This record gives sequence, structure tokens and C-alpha cells, in this order.
Amino acid sequence: MNSRERILGRVRRALADVPGDEASYERAVARDYLREHGERTVEQTVDLLAENLADYRAIVHRCTADDLAATVAGILSARGTRTVLVPPGLDPGWLAAVEGAERVADRAESTPHELDGVDSVVTGCAVAIAETGTIVLDGGPDQGRRRVTLVPDHHICVVRVPEQVVSSVPQALERLDPVRPLTWISGPSATSDIELDRVEGVHGPRTLEVVLVGEV
Amino acid sequence: MSGTFVGMPAFPKAAHEAVGNTTLRGNLRHATHTIRAKRANAVAEVSDWAELREAGKRIKDHTLRHLDRYLEQVEESVVAAGGVVHWAADADEANRIVTHLVKMTGESEVVKVKSMATQEIGLNEALEAEGIHAYETDLAELIVQLGKDRPSHILVPAIHRNRGEIRDIFAREMGEWGRPAPEGLTDTPAELAEAARLHLREKFLRAKVGISGANFIVADTGTLVVVESEGNGRMCLTLPETLISVVGIEKIVPTWRDLEVFLQTLPRSSTAERMNPYTSTWTGTTDGDGPSTFHLVLLDNGRTDTLADEVGRQALRCIRCSACLNVCPVYERAGGHAYGSVYPGPIGAILSPQLRGTQSEIDASLPYASSLCGACYEVCPVAIDIPEVLVHLRERVVEGGPVTREGNRVVLKPAKGHATERAAMRAARWALGRPGALRTGQRLASRTRRLHPRALPGPGKAWSGTRDLPAVPAEPFRDWWQRTRGGKDGGQ
Repeated sequence: MNSRERILGRVRRALADVPGDEASYERAVARDYLREHGERTVEQTVDLLAENLADYRAIVHRCTADDLAATVAGILSARGTRTVLVPPGLDPGWLAAVEGAERVADRAESTPHELDGVDSVVTGCAVAIAETGTIVLDGGPDQGRRRVTLVPDHHICVVRVPEQVVSSVPQALERLDPVRPLTWISGPSATSDIELDRVEGVHGPRTLEVVLVGEV
Repeated sequence: MSGTFVGMPAFPKAAHEAVGNTTLRGNLRHATHTIRAKRANAVAEVSDWAELREAGKRIKDHTLRHLDRYLEQVEESVVAAGGVVHWAADADEANRIVTHLVKMTGESEVVKVKSMATQEIGLNEALEAEGIHAYETDLAELIVQLGKDRPSHILVPAIHRNRGEIRDIFAREMGEWGRPAPEGLTDTPAELAEAARLHLREKFLRAKVGISGANFIVADTGTLVVVESEGNGRMCLTLPETLISVVGIEKIVPTWRDLEVFLQTLPRSSTAERMNPYTSTWTGTTDGDGPSTFHLVLLDNGRTDTLADEVGRQALRCIRCSACLNVCPVYERAGGHAYGSVYPGPIGAILSPQLRGTQSEIDASLPYASSLCGACYEVCPVAIDIPEVLVHLRERVVEGGPVTREGNRVVLKPAKGHATERAAMRAARWALGRPGALRTGQRLASRTRRLHPRALPGPGKAWSGTRDLPAVPAEPFRDWWQRTRGGKDGGQ
């Protein structure tokens, strides 16, 4: 008998007390919890996102679509960025005003060491969650593969508001495709491992700047 | 301090030694009190906490009660997504599988995400014995590994170390393992985090094999979820070519939607955050993004034995948040090492004796490592009634009886050393069943109360060594009640 059969056999014997006609999954799990917490206007939801992002030490910028290129260029120049990583499907317009920083494409054969030498990365996102101050990346063309937002020390993420913003975790999961590799990001990398107190800045990007772009 | 829990003394002895360590007590008091208030605030922010807790409990209970079906579904979904599934009945088998998989890659080092399952099976030691170096990359695990220490907390394995001790360990040991700590390293947490970043970066960038656990496996999609803070998890999950995840069979949830409960309750319960900095989810392999080979090792190692116990199986609902450790008055004073297991604190006191059996001295003592105050049950995000299971396990230790070990039904003998307790309980049963005898005994006790010793003699000595004997009243309650008609006559 192989271990698969052994384990499944043990499970079945262990559950001998469970009646065969027990309630189905749908009936067994009560979902009396809320789909979102509180009632907010669209504007208030975007404000809450900005507030919660900032609370976990992301730097938040807000601008209109017309000002996006200038905003991104301003962030990069203030940072002194010399090289900026660009996912394959990023709207070229977002970087149109960038001067003095070399654009680096993420190629399939790029090694982690090469990525480590890049100063900043600019991406879009799949969805942002206001209640938790979270942005979610799903590897879409304007976000690139997971490593591009991990190895560089400075991540600029552009969120289109209000269309990419949801209130809550349940609403975010509805919008996401589990088949795609997802990265949920809430603030820059941090740790609570020294005396259970939060300290920012370990292995992921130590600076996270989020640009909320839209008319809201 | 050695890196193994084998041969640990029973809890009372280990706790007695730990309580005398004032640095340890100070460190634990500071850390647990910091997190307690924060958790309470994070939980208070969501008005439907009780409903989320109930839903989490029900999702886990339902999954456990149909675990055979969900295990088969996980296998099917993970394989369909391009993963390879392995089954490990015990720690040795899991270690053999992982060692073999690493050897197949030709690599002699691996980077690891913090994982309770791999701690439980002693994977690092098994790999080392085969010449494979496993580098822990979680900050607290790194502190434990560099300090040749043992973990003492589920979430923060180095909780027993303060910043000064961490600085000393980094300054002394980092050079042995790779990039040394920066010159003049101070004990500010930001500098310590920076030192860990520099030390581990070269290991991440060259790693070809990553090893992880998982917080959840979603059965209907075959998705694995890792919840973390530092980004070391993302490094291990995305940069290597091969990823091996060792996951306990109790980590399954049926559907993608179920994550909406746990991604709300887990971060708030563990680090008291609205959301932890990073959560990664992956389904098999993805072309051009992340590892090209993915292995899932499904681990039993005592979980099916736990499942066979109708009262004790609720321990398998645990999502390893560690809220119960942080509120526990016993944990706060004794520290995690005294529990002699990678699972310390209240959850460890019910999980370890079930996963490992109650034959050893330490495991037989763990159900007693509690005052049954119930704070652990209050904070548990999946409503595990830890006091209920503790009492149930105490009964098993004292009375013996049928249990399941490695899939087989066996009958445990009553433990030695509890003969007095059993005799006392038998006497109590006899007396409480005979009102006349009880009344006579109580009156006798009241009349002789001036002669009572302050500590018990003989076998009861140990019990009264740390407790005051209850004072016997001048008159038994029932006599008082009859005499005064329940106090209505104003009698004293």
C-alpha cells in the first residue's frame, strides 16, 4: 500500500462517525459576515484607500490622467533613479516625461542579479482594496512577472481610480483569477520579528509609491 | 541550548527553569503586551468579527469532516495546474521525499520560507545529514538558526530574544554563514532588518531551489497561499527554478471564495494588521513567471490520528495565527521552549500531545500547562475550544483509553504518577453519590478545621507546594442553608 492510500484510508477510518448525509458545503458554511464594512461614496472609498496605504507607509500621490506622466517623472527624478524597469505591456505614455533615467526591459533571460542592479520599477495593478490599503498584482502585461516588483528597491504602482478600487477583501477576490499568480501588497516590506513591533524595510522594495490616477 | 526538542523534560520542570530567567520574562512580557492591545484594535475595526470567526470555524470543520474528498480534489487540481503531488505519512517519509527532490536538481543548498510543517518534521537537520544546506530566510528563523537556538513562538520564533541579543548574534554568527554583519551594527530594529537584507540577498539571487509551507490550499483551484511580511517568502516562491511546498493535510479550504474569511481574520489575529505586507498565491506553474517545477508534499504525521478524536480534532482548524500564545498567562511567563515542541502555547498544549501521542513525559504534561482561564478560546479566529480539549486530554492521560496512533486503534494505559488523583476522584465520586456520608464528612472537617495542616502531606505535597489549601468554613453550606433558610433569617 502506498502512502496516498494509507493516508486516505486513515482519514476515512478517522471520520467513521460522520454521517453520510451531512449538510453540503453550501449549507454547512454560514456566510453572515459583511461584503464590505460601512457605506461609502466612491470618493470616500478612494480616500480610504489613500489613507490606509499611507498608514502602512506607502507614499501616496494623486493626479489626473493628464498629469500622470509628469507625476511619474517627478517621483523618479526626486528619487535620483538612473535605471527604471518597464513591464512589457506598460503604457508608454506613463513614462513619456521621464528624462535622465534609462528604461530597462524585463527580458525572459534577465537574471535576478540584473534586476538587483535596477533602481526602480513602474507597474499598473489588477485591483486595489480600500479597507486594507492593499494593491494586488496579477502578472498582467502592465505588471510583468512577479520578480520585477520584488528585487528592485523602489516600486511605483499606478492605480486607476475609481475603476480599479474595491472596498473589501471579498470584493477583491471576486475580481481576481486564481489561475494567475497573485501578489497582494500592503505597504513596503516589513517585519514584526523584533519584539513584535512593525519595522519597515526587509527584503522586498523598501519604498512603495502608489499613484492614484483619475478624476476622483 | 541545542536545536532539538528531543528528550525535553516535562513542562513543570522546564517552565520552572524558564520562570527564573528574568531577561526571558522581560522579553516575553514586552512582546506579548505590545501585540495584545494592537490585536484588540485590529479586531475592533471589523464589526462582523463574530460572523467571520463562525464562518472560519465552519469552513474548516466542514473540510475536516470530508477531508478524504478534499484531499483527492487538491491532488487533481494541483496536477492539472502542472504541479507534482507527493504523500508523506510521517516526518521521515516527508524528509526522504524532499531530500530526494533536492538531490535530483543537483543543488546542495536551498532557501526556505518560514514553515511550521518543516520545523515539525526536522527537515533542516535531515537535509544537513545529506549534505544539503538549508538557509532560513524569515528574520526570526534566521535569528534562531544563527543562534543555534530553538523556536519559541509560532509567528515570531525568536520572540525570546531582545534587540540587544539579536545584534550580538548577528555580529558574531553572520560571517560564518555568508556575508558578515555590517561594522558597528547597533541594536536599532531598522539596522538589524537591514543587516538581514544584506546577508540574505546573495542567497536569494543565486538560489535554485526554494522550500516553503503554505497557509492555505484551495481545493477547487489547486491554489497555494503564503502570507508573510518581509518579502523573503516572495523571494523563495518566485526566484528559484524548483519550488517544494510541504503542507499539512489540514490546510485545505474548499473554494477560492473561502479565502475572503481567512485573509481578513489571519492578519488581524497574528500581527494585528489590517493586512500583512505580502500575500502570494500560485496555482501550479506559470510559463515565464516563477519556478518551472512545483512539488507539493502532503503531510500527515499524526494529523489523521488527531482527526480520529471527536473532541480533539478541532485543533486541526488552527490557522497558526499565534493569538492564543500572545494572550496566555502561562506562555507569557514560561516562554515557548518549556512546551518542548515547535508548537508552543495553548494550541501547542493540545496539538503536540495529539500529533505525537501522550507517551512521553513532556507530551503527557502538556495538557496541564494551562490554568484553563479560557483567554485562548476568546481570541481564537476559528473558535477552537482549547480548554475543552485540554480537559479531554487530561482525562486521557489519567484514565487511559482507546486512541489512534499511526492509523491504528490502541488502548492507552492510565499514566503513572496520577494514582493519587485517580484515588481522590474515586473517593469524590463515592462521597458525592452518598449525601449522608458527604454531610458527615463535611461536619467532621468543619469541627477539626483548626487541626488542618497548611500543606498536604505525602503525595499531595507537590500540589500544595504552589497553592494555598482552601480554608474549611466553620459550618458546612448545607447546614447553614437549613439553619437560616437560605439567609432569609439573617443568620451569619
